[in-house]
Amino acid sequence: MVRIDGNGNESSLVRVRGLNKTYQRGGEEIQVLQGLNLDVDAGEFVAFMGPSGSGKTTLLNLLGGLDLPSAGSITVAGDEITQMSARKLTAWRARHVGFVFQMYNLIPVLTAYQNVELPLLLTGLSTAERRKHVETALAVVGLADRMHSYPRQLSGGQEQRVGIARAIVADPTFLLCDEPTGDLDRKSADEILDLLARLVREHGKTVLMVTHDPLAADRARVVLHLEKGVLVDAVMAGGAR
Amino acid sequence: MKYRHLIFANLLRKKIRTGLTAGSFAAALFLFGILTVVRGAFHQGVEVAGADRLVVVNKISIIQPLPLSYRDRLLRIPGVTQATFANWFGGVYQDERNFFPQFAIDREGYRQMYPEFVIPDGQWLAFLADREGGMVGEGLAERFKWKLGDRIPIQGTIFPGTWEFNIRGIYRGKRREDDTTQFWFRWDYLDERKAFQKGFVGWYVVRIANPDDGVRVVKAIDEEFANSPWETKTDTEKAFAASWVKQMGNIQFLILTIGGVVFFTLLLVTGNTMAIAVRERVRELAVLKAIGLSDRFVLILVMTETMIVALVGGGIGLALAKLFTLRGDPTRGLLPFFYLPPDAIVLGFVLALAVGLMSGILPAVSAMRLRVVDALRRV
Repeated sequence: MVRIDGNGNESSLVRVRGLNKTYQRGGEEIQVLQGLNLDVDAGEFVAFMGPSGSGKTTLLNLLGGLDLPSAGSITVAGDEITQMSARKLTAWRARHVGFVFQMYNLIPVLTAYQNVELPLLLTGLSTAERRKHVETALAVVGLADRMHSYPRQLSGGQEQRVGIARAIVADPTFLLCDEPTGDLDRKSADEILDLLARLVREHGKTVLMVTHDPLAADRARVVLHLEKGVLVDAVMAGGAR
Repeated sequence: MKYRHLIFANLLRKKIRTGLTAGSFAAALFLFGILTVVRGAFHQGVEVAGADRLVVVNKISIIQPLPLSYRDRLLRIPGVTQATFANWFGGVYQDERNFFPQFAIDREGYRQMYPEFVIPDGQWLAFLADREGGMVGEGLAERFKWKLGDRIPIQGTIFPGTWEFNIRGIYRGKRREDDTTQFWFRWDYLDERKAFQKGFVGWYVVRIANPDDGVRVVKAIDEEFANSPWETKTDTEKAFAASWVKQMGNIQFLILTIGGVVFFTLLLVTGNTMAIAVRERVRELAVLKAIGLSDRFVLILVMTETMIVALVGGGIGLALAKLFTLRGDPTRGLLPFFYLPPDAIVLGFVLALAVGLMSGILPAVSAMRLRVVDALRRV
């Protein structure tokens, strides 16, 4: 279940209350998010849509603990991340968040295998255990046979799939995807969206995705519309059918 | 070292740049090695000087002689336990480029005065028994492939004529830094043959009972010979050796200046390179932070990369310097102690690491302070 009225219950995976984010630019205060409330249950596939500057990416960054709000709180799986120190927040990100970026953001000098392995280096897993996890993640995204390829040897869609493998390899609490298909052609975009939907459906992952693409948004279960820093409505989308 | 592939992949991402940066370290450390060797070559006499030995020379100049009679007077001064003397010969063996120091020595006291030079008793006795006997250091013997019994002609320059010597002994040094490039022969042979300054010696070396009493004994010696035709100037052996080095110019200052400029330039070059390297991968560092690598990890990552370049480059430079010195003195005798000692190698590594640390710290701190949100926004 997804709610934006602030009346969700304690069992929500993600609980956002009265979230505000303001920036100072040239002496002027810009309010990006204004008293935003949100509840998302585990296993949801949520898309955020809205015009440029509506605060979608800012919201995603706050949910991922990459930025701090000016006011309000975010609680994920019982942890109030807005009260955490920077150090704790870094450790929390490693454990709970899988990021998928529009530009893939793979390390170009590492192979697909090594890129996917990166989040596991922070864990106490042995080399053999890490190998098993990485191979599983790459198999899930259908790239088991390209694990030794460098990003430059992969297509955009394949690079994004490596990015998704990197996001899921440590089995995070949720995935945050910022325009994951924004740099892909239609066919590759569909493959990526299929993959995200499959992660939700078959693996019970929770996915929060920012997108400009209505077709992409339609693959989610719920589409939330942001306007001028406020969530204005929540619509059941194609993914719910 | 589960992060090693990340570190080495970063280092090898721009091979030419990494190679050139390491090459800068190599060039600087090679130069450091050679300058240290040259400095050491000039200062070796100072380093090995005996703490309980004083050198007594003519007050006017070292090239002015002192009477042989001073020996007994020196021995009567309280605190002096031994006295010996020697004379510079300055001859030429075959070719002027074949320089090596030649001393006419006091056959009675010289060996006892320098116990760091080890001479087999039999060879010493043979040397004493032969008026034309010569004693050579093992370094010198090796250089000219001399062996016991060889007859060596040396052309006198200060003392004209051809002087022939029979090699009766080969001494070695107790320590590696002891000079084994000297040639000794008997002073009485020189005195007998020379046409002038008979009964005079070049300088005296005296041993004192207590090194802490050196200042008093120095004063006593010079007072003993004050107002005589051959006044003396006495110094500790260390001070004497240091003043000898100073005659060649301020080597220390020269070396420090050159070394300082080179290392400062290296600091700027490496600092700039590392700053560029960090700037180029701001997004990657931001991604590492986003997935949970800490600020401190990013700092250590950048510092480790710099340190590896510094260590590898510095190591290559020092290895090349060591190889260069293994061929021995390139001046054919002017710098007999031409080698790179282990402590200089350690110091070289410390310097390389210090430069690596200083040049890497600013880029590393800026990488550490990078805000993920800002960095990811950059294209």
